[in-house]
Amino acid sequence: MKRKMEVSELIFKIIAYVVLIVFALMCLYPLVYVLAGAFSSSDAVLNNQIVLWPVIGTTGGYTIGLTIDAFKWAFTYNMFWISYANTLFVTFIGTIWCLVYSLLGAYALSKKRLLGRHGFNFFLVFTMWFSAGIVPTFQNYKATGEILAGLVGGSAMGDIDLKWLIVIAMGMNATNIILLRNTFEGVPQEIEEAARIDGATEMQILTKVYIPMSKATIATVALFFGISRWNGYFWAYKVTQEGGQSYSWPIQVLIRDIIENETDITGKYNADNDHLFETQGQAVSVLYSFIILSIIPILIIYPFIQKYFAKGVNMGGVKE
Amino acid sequence: MFKLKYDDFLTYDESSGTYSMSAEQRVRDETERNSWKTVGFTVLKDWRLYLMLVPMIVVYVLWRYMPMTELLGAFKDYSTFGNNGDTALMNWYGFNNFIEIFTGYNAQFFWPAFRNTFIIAFYNLLFGFPAPIILALFFNEVKSNVTRSVVQVLVYLPKFLSTVIVTSIALLLVSGKSEFGDMGALSRLFAAIAPNNEALQAALNGGLFNSAAYFRAMYVFTDLWEHAGYDSIVFFAAVIAVSPTSYEAAQMDGAGKMAQMRYVVIPSILSTVVIMLIMKIGGLLSVGYEKVYLLLSTGNESASQIVATLANSWNDGKGIAAEMTNNLIGMILVIGSNIVARKAANVSLY
Repeated sequence: MKRKMEVSELIFKIIAYVVLIVFALMCLYPLVYVLAGAFSSSDAVLNNQIVLWPVIGTTGGYTIGLTIDAFKWAFTYNMFWISYANTLFVTFIGTIWCLVYSLLGAYALSKKRLLGRHGFNFFLVFTMWFSAGIVPTFQNYKATGEILAGLVGGSAMGDIDLKWLIVIAMGMNATNIILLRNTFEGVPQEIEEAARIDGATEMQILTKVYIPMSKATIATVALFFGISRWNGYFWAYKVTQEGGQSYSWPIQVLIRDIIENETDITGKYNADNDHLFETQGQAVSVLYSFIILSIIPILIIYPFIQKYFAKGVNMGGVKE
Repeated sequence: MFKLKYDDFLTYDESSGTYSMSAEQRVRDETERNSWKTVGFTVLKDWRLYLMLVPMIVVYVLWRYMPMTELLGAFKDYSTFGNNGDTALMNWYGFNNFIEIFTGYNAQFFWPAFRNTFIIAFYNLLFGFPAPIILALFFNEVKSNVTRSVVQVLVYLPKFLSTVIVTSIALLLVSGKSEFGDMGALSRLFAAIAPNNEALQAALNGGLFNSAAYFRAMYVFTDLWEHAGYDSIVFFAAVIAVSPTSYEAAQMDGAGKMAQMRYVVIPSILSTVVIMLIMKIGGLLSVGYEKVYLLLSTGNESASQIVATLANSWNDGKGIAAEMTNNLIGMILVIGSNIVARKAANVSLY
């Protein structure tokens, strides 16, 4: 027998649906807006004619329509290809590097027999509680860059390829290591013992037992590392700025550079400088196309990994 | 109660009337003296496990702990060498940097920045904390799996966009009126909603983010947009963990939907809520400086300048001192909230 729905329940359900749908549309709208902007003519972009659909035409006669001018400009612009390649490089090598030391460290930390285990855990967790701050961290990166430059016979930070500094020295995340450690602690002891009796070494136990048994968490952690690499802006900007190396810019730094120096949206625009683009409208439409092009890889990976992270976050999160 | 007798470790020699160490005790002492060898041996046998720790330790020491040695710069006099000088060569300055930012000339910049950090963090907590819980409760109402999945995919997505992209889109959507163009799409919507609000109209014309009055609201709103969906994962997991039998029992007792929400769902997710709240309070002062840095402009400075961005622009001993103060208070909050969590909910977060 189906229970009759009360009025209060009905109202609550309607509110729930309305709020969720409105919020989902709100999350979607900015992306739709940017997509429309990327396919609009630069005049329409300059005059803010876009609301939902791509608009073409010049002042006075705007109509709905498509143009790929922005993408044409984007693709003929050298810096786009350079910075996109840099971002791919930093994301791939950086994610692998972070995963390698995190997996090894998390495995060792998950072992009860590790001497000084509490000390090592504290060593890791303390970095979550207290960070030195922007100025000291920047001085540290500068010193690292100078030492690395010294190894290749230079003296200033700009003498090395700063992409490598970004790859090895950035993107640490203690939460991810703790997530991995908690998952590894949950792997049954018996399987490990069986492998050990069969003569497996420590490394084989990690790669043949632990990693296959923690796929969901590892996928989640790889996603977190990868996304933070792909999206990293502040330190990459500071370091390449200091080293004077615009050829090491990731795409995020390029996007910010365009919005800051080619348009007057942030208020840092200087009309007297040399400009890459003829009009600000052209700059903004190229900016829209860059945003689209930089989101595409995330959108491609996202559906595959989405089912993993909901699981992974819940498993490794709060320990009770 | 067990009492130690002297003959356990001493032997009485009757002829000389003296005590000497018993054989058993000698063995015990020997074992104790050699115990480090056993420990050392197990460590040596396990050297592979310790080797695995090395890369992580090296990375963390070099780029997380070495910067902390630069904190000494807070006690150095930067005036002799300038911002790019070597801190090691500078003269000791005692607590003068701290005195300078707390009571000296720079207090007029430090205290407003400190206040802004607190206010932004507080608003973020006030609006950013309940939103994901409400979303999770609403998700539970959607019985169709397809609809729910579609909505979830959409609301988690903003979390994965970069700060640069979020701030760029936000700035463009509420950009002001320029000499040739109209306002951004959202600005036009706001202008149409409140045509008689002159303060708002002026702010919209100059770009919403450039007005100090609306900066915090916009900051909190974009933060909500970015994080609320994703943060609801934890709460939704707690909501769906409620056993169906609890609902059935409540129904048997004649509880309607609202009563079920009040007496079944909310008590079940309360512990998760408390833990997450304590965690949020712990991270109160770590306001995302990247986003503030990207949104900072001369127009909104009075509401947006936080300690981290202020330190970044000073880039000297005063900056280090200012950020150190902020981060130390932050650390006290984290440790304090962790202790509270342990006492209140008997969970340790780390």
